[in-house]
Amino acid sequence: MADTAVHDTVDEHIDHSGASSTGLSNNKLAMWLFLGSECLLFGGLISTYMLYRGRHSANAGPDQFWDIPFTSASSFVLLTSSLTMVLAVTAAKRKDDRNTSLWLIVTAILGSLFVAGQVYEFTTFYREGLGFTTSLFSSSFYTLTGFHGAHVSIGVIMLLASVGMILKNRIPGDKAEVVELIGLYWHFVDIVWILIFTLVYLIPA
Amino acid sequence: MSTDTAPAAAEAHDHWSDLSYVKLTLALALITAIEVAISYIGDDLGALFVPLLLGLMLIKFFSVVLFFMHLKSDNRLFSLMFYLGLGLAVAVFTAMMLTFRFYSS
Repeated sequence: MADTAVHDTVDEHIDHSGASSTGLSNNKLAMWLFLGSECLLFGGLISTYMLYRGRHSANAGPDQFWDIPFTSASSFVLLTSSLTMVLAVTAAKRKDDRNTSLWLIVTAILGSLFVAGQVYEFTTFYREGLGFTTSLFSSSFYTLTGFHGAHVSIGVIMLLASVGMILKNRIPGDKAEVVELIGLYWHFVDIVWILIFTLVYLIPA
Repeated sequence: MSTDTAPAAAEAHDHWSDLSYVKLTLALALITAIEVAISYIGDDLGALFVPLLLGLMLIKFFSVVLFFMHLKSDNRLFSLMFYLGLGLAVAVFTAMMLTFRFYSS
């Protein structure tokens, strides 16, 4: 009897959700800390681009290459993926696995579409004469947008992996929190694109 | 920093329905369309062009951070983690860009 009481007390203090003494999830704290550090990475890449965007030859600058309607369509795709991601998070909080998986898959498709658009854009620029080493402008542009594209690609992998794990019921602990953490990463990728779209594409050098 | 804050924050999330998120996305899409339109008529706007685009960019940025990422209703420690990184990045790279401008002129 006494043993059972002791075990109950011990169990009360073991938190399977990864919560810390602050009452907050350590996983979520770590994700926010990671996103804060990512601000420094993209801050460095964006400011490097801003410094070098005027360093190109007369006929190989942004005005000769940018396709604003195409990039705008890509932006709408990524913005819509943020909506589908947040719908996945709300479905996960309702413990609705079917809709969670559905919205995660839609988000992954939209993310893939964005990456495909970026690959098409890079290929077009390269064929038109804008290589990685053409100028400081092109190097900083490809590095910035390439890093962002890599982040989106990693996000797509995370989304598809989470769908697989949800379907096989292999997510340990709080499933909703796992989806929320992936959502935070995904929205971060979206806010970085919001900055890139305006600073790189819309504001001329 | 009580242990009650996490459930309270979770409840606050639930005040946003799926329809609210759809409405916010439509508003952000509209702002994006306005940004693109502004980029085409930039010459007519003169000195207003860049501040207008930057203002709209910041509205979109913080809308996603506050509502999609739930930072508005979530625990303040998460905000601290993110805004510290963001603030540090803005400060460091503004200083860097000003330094480059200063030494190149």
